[in-house]
Amino acid sequence: MVLLGFLVCIAIAIVRLKDLFAVVMLSGIYGLLSASFFVTLDAVDVAFTEAAVGAGIATLLMLVTVTMTGRYEHSAHHNSIWALAVVLVTGVLLIYGTLDMPYFGSVDAPAQLHVAPRYINNSMQEIGVPNIVTSVLASYRGYDTLGEVVVIFTAGVGVLALLSAVHRPEKDDGIVSVNVSMHEKYLILRVVTKILIPFILLFALYVQFHGDYGPGGGFQAGVIFAAAIILYSMLFGMSTARRVISQPLIQLLSAIGVLVYGSVGVVSILNGGNFLDYNLLSDDPVAGQHLGILLVELGIGCTVTSVMVIIFFNFAGRTEDHMRNERKSA
Amino acid sequence: MFLGLYNYWIVVVLMMIGFYIIIAHGNLVKKIVGLNIFQTSVFIFYISVSNIDGGTAPILAEGFNQYSNPLPHVLILTAIVVGIATTALGLALAMRIKEAYGSIEEEEIQQRVNREC
Amino acid sequence: MLAHLPILQVIVPLLAAPSCIILRRPGWVWLFALLVSGSAFLISIALLQQVMDSGVIVYELGGWEAPWGIEYRIDKLNAILGLIITGISTIVLLAAHTSIQEEIPEDRQTLFYVLYLLSLAGMLGIVTTGDAFNVFVFLEISSLSAYALIALGRDRRALWASYQYLIMGSIGATFILIGIGLMYQMTGTLNMEDLSRRLPEVAQTRTVFTAFAFLIVGICLKLALFPLHLWLPNAYAYAPSIVTAFLAATATKVALYLLIRFTYSVFGGSFSFTTLPLQTIFVVLGLLGVFAASITAIYQKNVKLLFAYSSVAQIGYMIVGYSINSTAGLTATLLHMFNHALMKGALFLALGAVMYRIGSVELRDFHGLGRQMPFTMAAIVVGSLSLIGVPLTVGFVSKWYLVLAAIENGWWPVAVLILLGSLLAIVYTWKIVEAAYFKAPQAGNEQVREAPLSFLIPVWMLVSANIYFGIDTRLSVQVATAAAQSLFGVGP
Repeated sequence: MVLLGFLVCIAIAIVRLKDLFAVVMLSGIYGLLSASFFVTLDAVDVAFTEAAVGAGIATLLMLVTVTMTGRYEHSAHHNSIWALAVVLVTGVLLIYGTLDMPYFGSVDAPAQLHVAPRYINNSMQEIGVPNIVTSVLASYRGYDTLGEVVVIFTAGVGVLALLSAVHRPEKDDGIVSVNVSMHEKYLILRVVTKILIPFILLFALYVQFHGDYGPGGGFQAGVIFAAAIILYSMLFGMSTARRVISQPLIQLLSAIGVLVYGSVGVVSILNGGNFLDYNLLSDDPVAGQHLGILLVELGIGCTVTSVMVIIFFNFAGRTEDHMRNERKSA
Repeated sequence: MFLGLYNYWIVVVLMMIGFYIIIAHGNLVKKIVGLNIFQTSVFIFYISVSNIDGGTAPILAEGFNQYSNPLPHVLILTAIVVGIATTALGLALAMRIKEAYGSIEEEEIQQRVNREC
Repeated sequence: MLAHLPILQVIVPLLAAPSCIILRRPGWVWLFALLVSGSAFLISIALLQQVMDSGVIVYELGGWEAPWGIEYRIDKLNAILGLIITGISTIVLLAAHTSIQEEIPEDRQTLFYVLYLLSLAGMLGIVTTGDAFNVFVFLEISSLSAYALIALGRDRRALWASYQYLIMGSIGATFILIGIGLMYQMTGTLNMEDLSRRLPEVAQTRTVFTAFAFLIVGICLKLALFPLHLWLPNAYAYAPSIVTAFLAATATKVALYLLIRFTYSVFGGSFSFTTLPLQTIFVVLGLLGVFAASITAIYQKNVKLLFAYSSVAQIGYMIVGYSINSTAGLTATLLHMFNHALMKGALFLALGAVMYRIGSVELRDFHGLGRQMPFTMAAIVVGSLSLIGVPLTVGFVSKWYLVLAAIENGWWPVAVLILLGSLLAIVYTWKIVEAAYFKAPQAGNEQVREAPLSFLIPVWMLVSANIYFGIDTRLSVQVATAAAQSLFGVGP
């Protein structure tokens, strides 16, 4: 298929290019094309998340890193032959494995027949939410999702531990930051952004609460929310952004999201059921499921937003410090 | 058989390109880009498994009977998040290494590490 | 409450981690973490008793029965591992407060405890779950927190070591993900118990063979099996001392647990050892690991690096026991897991004390340490004796069972090689003993005092356990044998 062909071309181009800026841009396109591919495969929630996370946040973080670490790749490929050999062996093994697989798209593959039918057929009665992916994510396999939120939280804490630095409030002594210059030069961007940000935030809220009925949910909403904040800080400067969003607050928020998720589970235990059994959150099991999913998605949205913001602020802050030091020593 | 499986084969090629970037290239940021490509291709593989001909997105709606399998979707959602978490940590480490060693090329760093021992 | 123990063991540290952010001050956070780890330890003891009495415990998360929901399945094997992980974690935490004052800047200390608890919760999650994808998620939790913890080390080489670990670990995790995906594709389920029932019918397909291969390679990357061990020595050597003590005693055991669990309980012993010549591959790689790592250890000048290579060698022993594919071999491996945790925990914690007092773990700085830090050095000596396998220490017990298992299987050459490997351990141990007891202190190092009690108490707790379990072997052997037998009973 055409999309897959494009993906292969992009991948090969990434291998060959030495300009890291171009490589990062291409990887963003790779993510976007993968998202489109997911849409053609009917995986709409996944496409949404991949577009937001893989094409959005990942590209952003890589760009900030490349700003600091240097635009061009130096070395010639070392160990090329040996690496090629390992890759070929792995690839051949995988293709060998595909020979006995059920065909692409087949209706009676074991994967489609065993566990999935119950989700599709019974989730409406048991949980009452049209988006089956949300019901599996937040209820049937809700514990995995708790793990996922903790993974994101871990990344946030890890980045904090690695990159955080104390920021003294600087008087405007020629901080390049991303934009003292922007104030005058990029008037159009500033104005348009200020108009757009409320809509982005609104969209994020919509995605958060509409995740039961259409593609969406806590993760995607969290990323979009964070995107609005990041957009603001890119245009108006890190120091302004830090005054708007205080660091201790956002760290606290990231912890609270995880704790909200966990406490839903603990409340279930206190009500006599197993951990994360939403049936016991209310007298009517289906209402309990709805309540459980709502709270859990809120927790997810909370943590994802704060962690994404933490990661960006720390990346940008570190890059800023580095550039400032380089300018001072130059 | 070719028609039934070629989707998987192309995805395998993508996976291997990503894997190659990780092990053959020395630039730390490029390795992470390769890791990203590798992982995204694995996701494409999983989602291909869940696809059903003639099915639609797994959101219950009037008039549709055949739905795609929602379970791999859930797994991949989780995996995407895990992927970005790893990427963020990896990039943060790359930035710190640049500050500490002045370079993010594997060979140069390895030389400076060996000199210290 | 008793019925909820399986989930509490994981949830208590998992939810305690973000709570640390609310507590803020490092002193309070340390006490809190200690309390949490201690409660997890008590829970794991209770679980082990329950399992020994009444058999496998099953817990359905969310109230959904498997395979539609995720279930926790505790049998004798995971109960032992839970005990080891929580026990080591608690004892190591006793020394943490003092140790990190010297090694980690103050504004990062709270974050250190958060990451520590996350790592603990991640590992506990891996060993208690009965769902394959859940394993992946918690594997990533424990790995990501480990990468960050290692990078907190003072030396800038810690950053490089952490990055290499990140790359190799992520490749391993992605391989495991591929393996799980292929298994799902052929059977339609993710639950381990269900997989073990459904895999036999598709076992002869090439896809399942590929799934198995990818899983094994992915796990071996995490296990640091020779030659995939390249990340381990640097990661252990340059990480903060507490981190090394904790990870060295637990992280690779968890990977070995995964190997055992997947080959015996999911794929079944007969499938696992006949599709690929695993017995030969593992015994060769295991022995190669023992010798290569031990020889490399002899040439090291950094004592932490020396013991890290020694860890790779010990993993080699465990793999040899596993490759014998018999109850006796598996018992030996399980015993060695337990014993190694005690040995290495004690050794690295003692090294942490040395690092705390003199700020370095280079061999030349060890001169004269025998007189200046007598208790600490004595602990290192006992720990090393345990590594060699001297009678009366716990290391002797596991080597004994390993050799017996090899002989019982008719593998005489292997038994001889195991004994030879122990001789190598004598060489690198002697280097340390010589430096500490038979050389005069270097200029500038004369004022060194003994380590503070906060180090000595946990170190000697572990050392005494070393000796106690070396003399009274009934408990550990009984539990290990029971676990090994139950695994062989389950596998076809």
